[in-house]
Amino acid sequence: MTSVAVRPIKVTRAALWRMRLQLSWRGLKTNWALFTENPIGLIGLGIIVFFGLLALLHPILMHTVWSPNIYDPVSGFDMQVPMSPSPPSPRHLLGTDPLGRDVLSQLMYSTRYEFGLGILSALITVIIATTVGAFSAYYGGIIDMFFMRLADLVIMVPLIPILIVLAAFNPVGMIELGIVIGLLSGFGGTTIVIKSQGLAVKVKPYIEAARIAGGGDFHIIFSHMVPNLMPLSLLYMMFVVTSAIFSEAVLSFFGLTQIKMSWGLMINTTQVFGYLLRFDTWYLLIPASLAITLLCAAFYFVGRALDEVVNPRLRRR
Amino acid sequence: MADYVLEVKNLTMHYRTRKGPVYAVDDVSLSVQRGESVGLVGESGCGKTSIALSLMKLLPDNAEIKNGEVFINGTDIVPLSEKELREVRWRQISMVFQAAMNSLNPVYTVEDQIKEAMHYHLPGMSDEEMGQKIDGLFRMAGLDPAMKSQYPHQYSGGMRQRAVIAMALSCDPDIIIADEPTTALDVIVQDGLLKKIHELQQRLNMAMIYISHDIAVIAEVSDKVGVMYAGKMVEFSTTVNIFHHPLHPYTMALMSAFPSIVGEKTELVILPGEPPDLLAPPSGCRFHPRCPYATSICKEKAPEFREYADGHFVACWHPGGEQS
Amino acid sequence: MTNKEVLVDIKHLSKLFPMGSGMFQRSKVFVYAVSDVNLQIRKGESVGLVGESGCGKTTTGKLLTRLLNPTSGSVDFQTENGPVDIASLRGKAMKKFRRHVQMIFQDPYESMNPRLTINDTVAEPLNVQGIGSLVEREDRVVQLLESVGLTPASSFLFRYPHELSGGQRQRVAIARALVVGPDFVVADEPTSMLDVSVRTSVMQLMEDLGEKFGVTYLYITHDIAVARYMSDRLAVMYLGKIVELGDTEEVLHHPLHPYTKALLSAVPVPDPLHQREPVVIKGQVSKPINPLPRCRFYERCPLADKFCETHDHPPLEDQGAGHYVACYHI
Ligand SMILES: Nc1ncnc2c1ncn2[C@@H]1O[C@H](COP(=O)(O)OP(=O)(O)OP(=O)(O)O)[C@@H](O)[C@H]1O
Ligand SMILES: Nc1ncnc2c1ncn2[C@@H]1O[C@H](COP(=O)(O)OP(=O)(O)OP(=O)(O)O)[C@@H](O)[C@H]1O
Ligand code: SF4
Ligand code: SF4
Ligand SMILES: [Mg+2]
Ligand SMILES: [Mg+2]
Repeated sequence: MTSVAVRPIKVTRAALWRMRLQLSWRGLKTNWALFTENPIGLIGLGIIVFFGLLALLHPILMHTVWSPNIYDPVSGFDMQVPMSPSPPSPRHLLGTDPLGRDVLSQLMYSTRYEFGLGILSALITVIIATTVGAFSAYYGGIIDMFFMRLADLVIMVPLIPILIVLAAFNPVGMIELGIVIGLLSGFGGTTIVIKSQGLAVKVKPYIEAARIAGGGDFHIIFSHMVPNLMPLSLLYMMFVVTSAIFSEAVLSFFGLTQIKMSWGLMINTTQVFGYLLRFDTWYLLIPASLAITLLCAAFYFVGRALDEVVNPRLRRR
Repeated sequence: MADYVLEVKNLTMHYRTRKGPVYAVDDVSLSVQRGESVGLVGESGCGKTSIALSLMKLLPDNAEIKNGEVFINGTDIVPLSEKELREVRWRQISMVFQAAMNSLNPVYTVEDQIKEAMHYHLPGMSDEEMGQKIDGLFRMAGLDPAMKSQYPHQYSGGMRQRAVIAMALSCDPDIIIADEPTTALDVIVQDGLLKKIHELQQRLNMAMIYISHDIAVIAEVSDKVGVMYAGKMVEFSTTVNIFHHPLHPYTMALMSAFPSIVGEKTELVILPGEPPDLLAPPSGCRFHPRCPYATSICKEKAPEFREYADGHFVACWHPGGEQS
Repeated sequence: MTNKEVLVDIKHLSKLFPMGSGMFQRSKVFVYAVSDVNLQIRKGESVGLVGESGCGKTTTGKLLTRLLNPTSGSVDFQTENGPVDIASLRGKAMKKFRRHVQMIFQDPYESMNPRLTINDTVAEPLNVQGIGSLVEREDRVVQLLESVGLTPASSFLFRYPHELSGGQRQRVAIARALVVGPDFVVADEPTSMLDVSVRTSVMQLMEDLGEKFGVTYLYITHDIAVARYMSDRLAVMYLGKIVELGDTEEVLHHPLHPYTKALLSAVPVPDPLHQREPVVIKGQVSKPINPLPRCRFYERCPLADKFCETHDHPPLEDQGAGHYVACYHI
């Protein structure tokens, strides 16, 4: 046996952290390499970045070239436009809406909130689904039964009708909407998916090894189960974003939200003023619907590409 | 001249992967006579299955036969088309795949699965003929023919493996490749199966390549043994020679590292290091980083696979540890 | 040997798994995975537990490490304050027990969390037990990695399990088991997934470290040839029962139980000139589901007769010199 007594290098605390950072960086790099192999993921990411830039650009434009009186997405009005809605022109690249407001400005302004909504609901979903899923899978029995029946219930009552009912009682803004979508999705379908993965993790020998090491239930759940469920949660985050943006659009279209401006509301305005099914006023309908479609698709694409990173089974050699 | 069912000459096969080519089979030569049983032994990942798949030309998409010839009954199958291969596969050469017993389809009866294979390779055989043939095969493999209409999950592990062997014999091949057929079975079940395989091979005067990582199993079933290391055939001779007069340092180490329950309890020899990564195999002789007899030439030049003594082939600069 | 102190005292240990029971109804059908096992493991010795798949080896190991609770019977573990029934341990005492008893698992690929580095994996027992300061823990991890032959340790500390070979992983598993300085280690087939050329060095390592750290092993394996090298005494298990127990060489050369005889004659020998005795038993192991009150080996035994059929499972009795056999006809 070769056991040459090399003097162990002293691993200082600082070095430890540096190593950990390096490791995460390396992990990110390999995952990125896998991600980029799938063109769909890159397309999705490209679209997301594009919309991100749009969102960032809006306040800058408002402070520089766009005068708030004319271009404000909610209260702007251009005196120089004789008739509203008006088709695209150099002053209003995407035209103006029936109330004389700039469509492009509305589109860009809304983007920020769409992102906010998506991220809020996705975060809530992931935190709830991962915790509940991990606990359900680990403890089983009555805890599991309770959460799974709850999930069945939540799934059976679809999101949109629930929101319609909710909206009838209480005005629903972006934040409320994000929380409701996050809660429903977190206690609903996502939990079931995460829990079934949790069952697979729970029976891994390393869980028993952790127990042999002396780890208690919480140690096992948070140091072993949750980290191994995280990639899947991340994946579902993307799908939740898609569904959140889409739900918002539907609700706003029916005028059920108390949101000042959003893509859904843009379509709603078009509909209220009777321009919905007209070809000549395409500029009222197309930008918002295209934006909804594209951004939803983009998050879905990224999710699919992440799926390949997260599920080695799907990886090509 | 000896009657060779299978002759492999300088076969080289690579897998293309993300990280570059995997040299899984490198310049391997091997011949098997009618009625002879050849054992192929080597550690996990040394390329045993890859050789077997090359002999059947049943390779995955990323595999590529770079060089070499595979003669089955005198015909080189490497250039053959998929259609032409159909004439060869199963009828001349067939195979029991690694972990085959887990690959039986759970939703069809065993009989239906064997019939499907026969239908594909022996067109024109009637259903009754097939049924009778399967009865015969089942009896041969030591199974009750009444069991043929049952589903795989109703079989035990050993019985499933027997069914898979019966399936491989269904088209009366001249040579059969058995890839780890008894691995994962308990010793007592393994014992029964080994006896059956040996008996069948003798009775049908069939050639066989028996692949295993377990040298004790190889000792029991084979007349000749090829020892593989890191994609290379390093030694080939009669079983007695390999076990009692090994020449390659790897074979020598393998023999003395293997525990046995009979005889004196001898000290087990420890081989330092680990088998190499086939993405970047060591230069020269692939065994040199672990070889106790390695000299400078071993690092630089790969030794040729040559006949050192009558019928005893070895690829080593210092066979038996001799210094020249 | 015989007068050495008993470290683990297994008394009438049984574990029954219910079959096909729902949440609200009690099952009447049980798998008798371990039934009425008695075994004393003495300090410093290494006992091999062999038997075919499904005979209850792993279940026994898990009962000894309290990954499972027994259905009946007890496991007494020797501590500074005398023997303690491990089933009675709770909370802090349980955690402390983990410092004395550890386990090594069969599958080196599945027994390590893929998201933890080697450093975190080996340090885990120290961290959860709160042993030593941060610096002391790091030193201990480095020391252990070097003693299992992963040198220099610094080049392994920050790798992930998938970046190591099977043999290296199993060394990490050994380091993790020994890092808290246990007295007793259950090794469940630690080398069965390793290749021959790597296996021997891992076996040697376990033996050396066992001596160095004063560890008592229960070595579980289905490979009797490996057990020969890893154990002083050998226990042969059949369907949840120990049927033969004795000094390893004694059991191998003079097996007394018909099952042991069959098992030994079925082991292939790495010598083409050796002729094995024919195996005389038929059939294969089934599951011990609600077994009849007679010898577990009855269905397959070549010596079985009316007496065996009408009597309970034979007791494990001393045939002299600590060679125990459970059979009416030896
Ligand atoms: N489809 C594939 N693509 C890339 N590499 C492969 C592929 N199949 C096998 N390999 C690699 O080729 C080498 C030889 O593999 P092979 O399956 O032939 O080994 P083996 O000797 O049969 O091993 P085992 O005893 O584990 O079955 C290994 O290093 C393996 O990782
Ligand atoms: N959690 C469980 N629930 C139900 N039955 C179980 C459970 N664990 C084990 N068993 C059954 O108990 C018996 C003993 O299993 P055990 O895993 O102890 O066998 P083993 O000797 O370790 O086998 P192997 O060599 O295959 O690992 C088997 O029949 C098995 O099916
Ligand atoms: S060629 Fe050299 S390194 Fe290779 S096995 Fe022979 S002596 Fe060893
Ligand atoms: S007690 Fe009877 S049945 Fe059991 S092993 Fe002995 S002879 Fe066989
Ligand atoms: Mg193979
Ligand atoms: Mg087991």
